[in-house]
Amino acid sequence: MLIFERSHPSRRNAAQAPHAMADVKSIPAALLRQDAPLLPEASEMDVVRHYTNLSQKNFSIDTHFYPLGSCTMKYNPRACNTLAMLPNFLARHPLAPAHTGQGVLACLYDLQEILKEVTGMAGVSLMPMAGAQGEFAGIAMIQAYHASRGDTARTEIIVPDAAHGTNPATAVMCGYKVREIPTNADGDVDLDALRAAVGPQTAGLMLTNPSTLGVFETHIEDIKHIIHNAGGLLYYDGANLNAILGKVKPGDMGFDVIHSNLHKTFATPHGGGGPGAGAVGVAARLLPFLPLPVVAKSPSSVALPSPTGRGVGGEGAGTESTAEYRYLTEADLPLSIGHLSAFTGNIGVLLRAYIYAKMLGADGMHRVAEFATLNANYLMAELQKVGYRIAFPQRRASHEFIVSCKPLKDATGISAMDVAKRLLDKGYHPPTTYFPMLVPECLLIEPTETESKETLDAFVAAMKEIWDEAHATPDLVKGAPYTMPVRRLDDVKAARELDLTWKVAQA
Amino acid sequence: MNIPSELKYTPSHEWIRVEADGSITIGITQHAQELLGDMVYVEAPAVGRSLNAGEECAVVESVKAAADVYAPVSGTVTAINSALDSSPEAINSAPYDAWIFKMQPADANAVNALLDAAAYQAVVDSEAH
Repeated sequence: MLIFERSHPSRRNAAQAPHAMADVKSIPAALLRQDAPLLPEASEMDVVRHYTNLSQKNFSIDTHFYPLGSCTMKYNPRACNTLAMLPNFLARHPLAPAHTGQGVLACLYDLQEILKEVTGMAGVSLMPMAGAQGEFAGIAMIQAYHASRGDTARTEIIVPDAAHGTNPATAVMCGYKVREIPTNADGDVDLDALRAAVGPQTAGLMLTNPSTLGVFETHIEDIKHIIHNAGGLLYYDGANLNAILGKVKPGDMGFDVIHSNLHKTFATPHGGGGPGAGAVGVAARLLPFLPLPVVAKSPSSVALPSPTGRGVGGEGAGTESTAEYRYLTEADLPLSIGHLSAFTGNIGVLLRAYIYAKMLGADGMHRVAEFATLNANYLMAELQKVGYRIAFPQRRASHEFIVSCKPLKDATGISAMDVAKRLLDKGYHPPTTYFPMLVPECLLIEPTETESKETLDAFVAAMKEIWDEAHATPDLVKGAPYTMPVRRLDDVKAARELDLTWKVAQA
Repeated sequence: MNIPSELKYTPSHEWIRVEADGSITIGITQHAQELLGDMVYVEAPAVGRSLNAGEECAVVESVKAAADVYAPVSGTVTAINSALDSSPEAINSAPYDAWIFKMQPADANAVNALLDAAAYQAVVDSEAH
């Protein structure tokens, strides 16, 4: 049911904004619309009920365990929302001069510094507004780097077959050819294939570590040497940064450029398609190419209130500093790949991520990685006891792991999709299904550090129930879900006959 | 697993049938369609396009993923199966009938170097988890 379908002619509410007739005299008559726009007409109560009911149909992190692999669906602390929505943040105009917004700029500068420290990179730009845009910025910087050296013969980006689909898509968007390399039986990059693939045409390698197979790439040092010796650069896809937060720095692994999905690792709300934030970090040789604006701190004679303020941080709270923050522009970074958004990225997301990082502190970040990994390995061990096949049982899981339902399907006819649908009836958002494609009938499970052992145990119990149902009453599982607002959706029809536009019903 | 013995195969899951006139017909295997799931779209190469062995030349898109189809040998595209435009699901129901494109190989002997059914079965087995 759409709000349009609740519409009743001429039902409306008193406008809460003052009426002002727009002056349209300067617009040619031919360009003025003749009919009123087709908008839903509903009472305030209709609207409130409609959206409240919709929201209650939602499976969300606030209501359910949501172990969606590679998406890092962790709890979003309310303090981050509250502080990011302080009136002085919300009311700031993006075109207001920097000297009137030193507090916001200080937060952004601090976040840049935190990300530099966590990732081991020389510089950070917060501007990309999604992980995919971060990838685009990263590969665009690799391209700009090679071009600045007159090294124009590098036409290929190497991507392992376990990569997120966005990696090859990004490379193609930047005009590169994609060279795919296979994964070996242990889930690591096939080094022989990598050696055979590199050459003077290699612009770089895009790697996710830990990978989408949920394992830490054991040969990362060899990979670094192979790529760098060929003159290519290393790109780090930060989708799985949560597993190593505060423990291992991509900069120490030799990566030249990274993006970090702040909406994953730094716990800002996501899952509905955004808004995201894909901050990029670079090694020293790529600093000139960072996307703008970057916030810089420079000494100034003007005394300003402490940027960190009380409550959010710790150090220097309430004291005076003499720093001045400003946006770097093309005048400072003439080789920059440019702007990625009109103003300052998704600044509301950046503020939430900043507050989250300050609340955690360095010790907290270590605990994130430790408990994310512990939870994943505990869940993996328990599901293995139930009978589920683990894709890489010989490997320690990182923050996520893969179950293959292939043996279950062979024995009972119950597929990974059936298990996922039945989980909805048990009160759990399903894990990622059928990704990565390398493992047939797979579930990619990421519990995150924010779940308790009791939640994990209850999830294992639900998976045990489904395991038993699959063997005793498979038709029950194949018919799931039974308790949702809709039953099993026809995803094939949806994909073949895309219909995304609501059309006015014929009277 | 249905792997017809009269066909040739690639490790990237294409099947190849050598026709009487020396041309070859290419599709994706039963195993490949099973991994991909329900097909929703097939993009075939342009007729007349010249391909190198191993070159990406077609795309099969399912509800789960989009996968590239590679030229098994070098040669020229001579025909495409336009029936797949409206019924891509034929690849699921009859993968060895639902061919995607035909080629005239540049070197007729190149086909001999492709996998036979037993060798392809070994490829499939090695992927099992």
